[in-house]
Amino acid sequence: MVVMKMKFPFQKRVKLAQGLWLLSWCATVAGATTFTLGCILKTELRRRAEVMDNQDIHIVPNTLMIVGLASLGINYFASKICQDALDAGRFPRWKNFLKPYFAVSCFFTVLMLLAVIMSYAMKGSLESSLKAGLRNGIRFYKDTDTPGRCFQKQNIDRLQMEFQCCGNNDFRDWFEVQWISNRYLDFSSKEVKDRIKSNVDGRYLVDGVPFSCCNPSSPRPCIQYQLTNNSAHYNYDYQTEELNIYLRGCREALVNYYMGLMNTIGAGVLSIFLLQGSVLVSLRLLQTAMEAVAGKENTEIETEGYLLEKGVKETIMEYLDPVLKFFLLKNQVEEGSAAATTAATPTPT
Amino acid sequence: MAVGKVTFTKVEREKLAEVLCLLNWISVVTGTILFGLGLFLRVEIQKWQEVMSEQGILYVPHMLITTGLAACCINFFGGKICLDCADTNKFLRWKLVMMPYIICTFFFTSCILAGALMCYGIRSQMEESLFMGLRNAMRYYKDTDTPGRCNLKRTVDLLQIQFQCCGNTGYRDWFQIQWISSRYLDMSSSAVVDRMRSNVEGKYLMDGVPFSCCSTFSPWPCIQHHLSTSSTQDEQSRQLNLWRRGCRQALLDHYTGIMQSIGLTVLLIWLFELLVLTGVRYLQTAMENVLRLGDPESESDGWFLENSLAETARSNFNIIKNLGKCYQVDDDPNINVPTAAAEEELPSQQSWTAEVMSCSKDAFDSG
Repeated sequence: MVVMKMKFPFQKRVKLAQGLWLLSWCATVAGATTFTLGCILKTELRRRAEVMDNQDIHIVPNTLMIVGLASLGINYFASKICQDALDAGRFPRWKNFLKPYFAVSCFFTVLMLLAVIMSYAMKGSLESSLKAGLRNGIRFYKDTDTPGRCFQKQNIDRLQMEFQCCGNNDFRDWFEVQWISNRYLDFSSKEVKDRIKSNVDGRYLVDGVPFSCCNPSSPRPCIQYQLTNNSAHYNYDYQTEELNIYLRGCREALVNYYMGLMNTIGAGVLSIFLLQGSVLVSLRLLQTAMEAVAGKENTEIETEGYLLEKGVKETIMEYLDPVLKFFLLKNQVEEGSAAATTAATPTPT
Repeated sequence: MAVGKVTFTKVEREKLAEVLCLLNWISVVTGTILFGLGLFLRVEIQKWQEVMSEQGILYVPHMLITTGLAACCINFFGGKICLDCADTNKFLRWKLVMMPYIICTFFFTSCILAGALMCYGIRSQMEESLFMGLRNAMRYYKDTDTPGRCNLKRTVDLLQIQFQCCGNTGYRDWFQIQWISSRYLDMSSSAVVDRMRSNVEGKYLMDGVPFSCCSTFSPWPCIQHHLSTSSTQDEQSRQLNLWRRGCRQALLDHYTGIMQSIGLTVLLIWLFELLVLTGVRYLQTAMENVLRLGDPESESDGWFLENSLAETARSNFNIIKNLGKCYQVDDDPNINVPTAAAEEELPSQQSWTAEVMSCSKDAFDSG
């Protein structure tokens, strides 16, 4: 059962070849765009790598970059093939090349679609990575003298100011962590000693946040310390005060930012996928139409072009057979030797 | 004696016309660049306009925008003219327009030079404007409930965060003003009342700075208050805690950098325009001389000025001087010179005609 059979008179073949040539150059530019989009996404993810626990999300930009490079090659060959397609003398040299070419092209085109799907599907992974990364960042905020962690304070401060957020889930995360290093605490002060004693782990916990949580849009000077104590500040109610510090958590802010970026990129890549798909379909139709002309004297006859000679399932099996045979070959040998041994064993009895 | 005389063959004239046509089209592009630079500068100045006390600085980007647009139009027109100048017949169409066109181009080229020089010269005015503007902005920092000033706190905070600066000259400027609004001061507290009483003007001054002065590079949590009496760190380490630079210096450096680059680009564009103008002048004089000689195939001279600089200046000055006087009457036999009989018949007009006669005689003598 032939898939998508179409008739192609000579003029239509010529038009198809010309249109395909133009389309393949557009698709080459689109492939370069895909590569660029992958690079942009990777750069953005690397900028905040210090607050991410793992690099799993990087598979999305890596896939986009690979697909972009591959599609440059695919479309270059597509344009060369359709240039030679109308010339009966030069077309046959592509004969052996086309089957693996289509296999590889389909694989990379499907990979493009997979990259878009992954960018939506990996939201959970990104969120958990950010959760762990931010938790560590907040915990090591005070360790500006420990090698490997000395820039955590700077990174967290810059992150909170740039994304207008505070803490992991919200600002209360800062209450559970000692973010003021012992080096800057006056241990002779009674207040400090009391506070450390009142805590089980001997940590100096305050109901305060760093200055980077302060919101510049607030009408009053920033209240950072004794946030939950209404009487410590004049005319202050922490439950109704919304503008003093950023109320949003940094995890939510970062996830929104990256999902927005990936949605935009995903929409672009989806349209590039459709373009690439149409290039491959047109090339396949042109190839089958031209194959029917081969060997005939009159090259201007009407021919039929089709997408797949057999049905979809049969075509897939046809492509996979060589691959499976390679693996099955071992099984066949084993079966053969097993049969030989079973044939050999009954004879002694 | 002509200034800068060059002889052109027919082929050379045509080549000159073609080259000038191309250069004029390139000048349209540079005119667009000029326009873009002016727009960019305007946007940059407008971003921090609230901390500048006078708006006069905006005339620099406006000048660049206008000259950019003028450059586009004039050079587009010039491209068309030069295209026609290769052929003597087509040149006749433009003959009368050429001189005014060259004068116009010379004028607007000097405007470009003025624009470039303004970019370099504006620094002192900008410093003054920033000093006054920042002082006012810090003074009105606390007035978040006064219409017209409610955004100043946010602007100053964002400025200090973005440019990594504190105060006007340094962080101590904040000690001299009340930056905490009275709405958030507990007037019943004795500490507050004492502090306000100790000050002559009744202001609540403190040795503290807003949170936006805190440095992100500092290894310890920001100490913003009790800066003069802090005992846990010494002076040097305390300074690391806040941004050390003053915002006036930070903004001045930022804008000076931008305007120096823009000024350099505009100077290069000016040199290019000058080149184009010189070429057009040579083409114009060469074509006019060809027409004067009558033979389109012959060689002709092109020059910068027909006579020496002094003579040209003198003749132009005389023309301008005589423009002010009444109309000149040539020694033209067709003009009706009133006879004596006519003078008797019209005694009322006598003095008027006599005046005209003497006036024209004077003009004719001096011209």
